[in-house]
Amino acid sequence: MARVLLFGALRDLAGWREQFFEGVSDLTDLRSDIARLYPELAEALGGPGVQVAVDKALVRGNLALSAQAEVAFLPPMSGG
Amino acid sequence: MSVTVQTDVFDAGDALSAFSRSLPDAGGVVSFTGIARRDDGRTQMLELEAYPGFTEPWIETLVEEARARFSLSAVKVIHRIGPILPGEAIVFVATAASHRREAFEGADFLMDHLKSRAPFWKKEHGPDGARWIEPRQADYQDLTRWTAAQPPR
Repeated sequence: MARVLLFGALRDLAGWREQFFEGVSDLTDLRSDIARLYPELAEALGGPGVQVAVDKALVRGNLALSAQAEVAFLPPMSGG
Repeated sequence: MSVTVQTDVFDAGDALSAFSRSLPDAGGVVSFTGIARRDDGRTQMLELEAYPGFTEPWIETLVEEARARFSLSAVKVIHRIGPILPGEAIVFVATAASHRREAFEGADFLMDHLKSRAPFWKKEHGPDGARWIEPRQADYQDLTRWTAAQPPR
């Protein structure tokens, strides 16, 4: 199971901030689940500048997900 | 070193006074305050979002990098989240060093990275609705100043 968090424009697009995905073993698995349920969101997640953090650490490519994994999709950032 | 991410409004003057008082031996202190612009009424409110537990450590790592690179003796960063009205401070950065160049460059480095790399998301609310703001090309360009070869000191 993975707890998925969305930020910024991604959250507005999806219409939700947080959701649990059952039975996903890795990021690729999670992405295909998202693509099946929320095709428009899945496309945005693959967009330019979207980063992924697993358990609050940025990752690239695929990664196995623990049962309590927290996966955050982070659109381009803009502070101050 | 002090990093604060807060929803409360703060007074940049007070923040600078407190920072300066805590540093009896600094040779120089530089501060920058970012303020929400009115943009002729186009911006009625900014809304900033952070990722709690991720944003603060990210800034702390950045501050540590700045401290080492510019020999800073102290750094203070305050960043607002939540609703921010025009005229209110969004971000405050203060650096202290033995000499002015390090203090100036440290503050400049921190602001360039906070602007387009730090995990914040910014939504602008105006008369025509709301939109998410992404860094401008110029903001990304500013970052390249810090990756170019460093001149010998």
